[in-house]
Amino acid sequence: MWKTIVRRIFVMIPQIFFLSLLVFLLAKAMPGDALTGSIDPNIDPAAIEAQRERLGLNNPWFIQYWDWIKNAVTGDLGQSFRFKMPVTQLIGERMMNTVWLSVATLILTYVIAVPLGIISGRYNDTWSDRLITGYTYLGFAAPLFIFALLMLWVFGFQLGWFPTEGSVAPGSAAGTFAYAMSKIYHLLLPSLSMALITTVSTVQYLRSEIIDTKQKDFVLTARAKGASESRIYNRHILRNSLLPIAAFFGYEITGLIGGTVFIENIFSYPGMGQLFISSISIRDFSVVTSLVLLFGIASIVGALLSDMILSAVDPRIRIK
Amino acid sequence: MKKSLLKIERLTTSFRIGDDYYAAVDDVSLTVNRGEVLAIVGESGSGKSALAFSVMGLHAHARIDGRIYYKGEDLIGMPAAKLNKLRGSEIGMIFQDPLSALNPLMTVGEQIEESLLLHRNGISRAQRRNAAIELLNKVGIPSPERTAAQYPHELSGGMRQRIVIAIAIANQPSLLIADEPTTALDVTIQLQILDLIKALKNDMDAGVILITHDLGVVAEMADRVAVMYAGQIVEIADIFTLTSNPKHPYTRSLLQSIPNSAESGSRLHTIQGIVPSLKHLPRRGCRFQSRIPWIEASEHESEPELHEIEPGHFVRCTCHLRFRFPDSASDAGLPPSADAYSINGEEFRYGTS
Repeated sequence: MWKTIVRRIFVMIPQIFFLSLLVFLLAKAMPGDALTGSIDPNIDPAAIEAQRERLGLNNPWFIQYWDWIKNAVTGDLGQSFRFKMPVTQLIGERMMNTVWLSVATLILTYVIAVPLGIISGRYNDTWSDRLITGYTYLGFAAPLFIFALLMLWVFGFQLGWFPTEGSVAPGSAAGTFAYAMSKIYHLLLPSLSMALITTVSTVQYLRSEIIDTKQKDFVLTARAKGASESRIYNRHILRNSLLPIAAFFGYEITGLIGGTVFIENIFSYPGMGQLFISSISIRDFSVVTSLVLLFGIASIVGALLSDMILSAVDPRIRIK
Repeated sequence: MKKSLLKIERLTTSFRIGDDYYAAVDDVSLTVNRGEVLAIVGESGSGKSALAFSVMGLHAHARIDGRIYYKGEDLIGMPAAKLNKLRGSEIGMIFQDPLSALNPLMTVGEQIEESLLLHRNGISRAQRRNAAIELLNKVGIPSPERTAAQYPHELSGGMRQRIVIAIAIANQPSLLIADEPTTALDVTIQLQILDLIKALKNDMDAGVILITHDLGVVAEMADRVAVMYAGQIVEIADIFTLTSNPKHPYTRSLLQSIPNSAESGSRLHTIQGIVPSLKHLPRRGCRFQSRIPWIEASEHESEPELHEIEPGHFVRCTCHLRFRFPDSASDAGLPPSADAYSINGEEFRYGTS
């Protein structure tokens, strides 16, 4: 098992290298640089050119890449042109918010998906199954950003049950119980909005896994042993059906990244996703490239996590 | 007279196709006695497995009519909780495909222990473990302690079938149903498994229903044989009578189709056509008629019944009385010629004239 993990981690290194190269080249391919746009047009072009030279922007791309990656490894991701502060610090301030939002969403996703999937799969083609399947189709069809806006409008503005922006009530002191509760309170609506949409694929997946497993021969063996229906489900069908769901957990993280970008903007939640969109719109390149790199690494780590979970729960893979 | 262990009376198992029900097992009556091996033989699709699954109550969406008395108690309509007490303890089942019959996420030890846990009240963990190892030993697993901790994918097909058998016999059942227990195994393993089933049967004095399409297996194992065709029993007899004096055209065709090394080089007899599908099965007349077209229609009964032609030997329909194999390939489908080919199973050569 450890051998597998170590090998998978080694495979990650070239993956991350190519990812960083791709991110860098894409950023370079975009028109303009940090010194176009928001610079005062009255400044002498020669002075701007001198700045370019000083910042290394006239160097060939591979030198620039090397400079960037060298600093990135030591934790220096450059300066944000908008915030005039190191990117590392900027992202660091928001990273935990996004992590909390993702964790809350993941928990809600499974809290919703597992019971619904089980009911739907076990009692397939009954009314409860049709109701749940109907919900999943709605979830597939509804775009997250429209649904989240609706949730914000209904529960945030019309009913006023939840805060409509921020990650914590202003004026709360960090570390207090009230602060933690306020954090959770601010998380609820955005994470629930996201979970209600992202969970539908897991519900469907679990449903079809259960329907599939129900027809396996070993279920007949269990019946022929005289096992009761509930024992058959709990001991034989569920364990086999949850396996792919558990394995999918890591990839769920990749999906979350896309989700948080929308959700954080809609709920004005100060996380990495919100920073990402606002940085793109004002071409704060050093922030954008750093964020894309981080999102990419998170996806790669998610895939690794999936493999690790699968090898932990499935004896057929554990042996290899 | 010996009291029968299992008595099936007029069992009809129907499946829904579209809006109608079609009988896969059609009006079957059988008895199985203690210590006896009853083989049920037939082609794929003849309803043998459907019959076995009906006895075990394993059909999820079938309509079952008739009576299945196990030790005098009717299994049909029995409440699930009561049936679960019988399944796995009184009646054990060995499945066809050992590769898929075991749960891939449980060690084989756990799977055998589950059988014990379900039927032996208050059995301790340690007792269960020991009993499971003993069972593994009994079914001929070489290192039972080690094997108990292994997962099914780590074992070979033959070993897995032994595990399936161990699960079936865990609680010393009185009735053992073996649904093509050797079909998925290679020939060298087949004999070992058959010997094992036979030994266990003698050991437990159990009645065995052996379902197979392999006449070699039948000859090896059976005391009595029921030949099934298209959901019906067409012939029942003890093994000696059936092999020495088969009557029904289907039984005779099956026996004729066994490759024989003495006749290597000659054409092997084949039965024309296929078993009609459930939906297109003629519900009137002799069901085998379409596959022996050279026999005149008047030879068949309009409502074929099982006739007891000698004590314990039942044959359906009257078409066996003047049945003969076709002279040549071209004869099939044509009316029989005047001087019919003499019926001699041993010397018959298909396609030679």
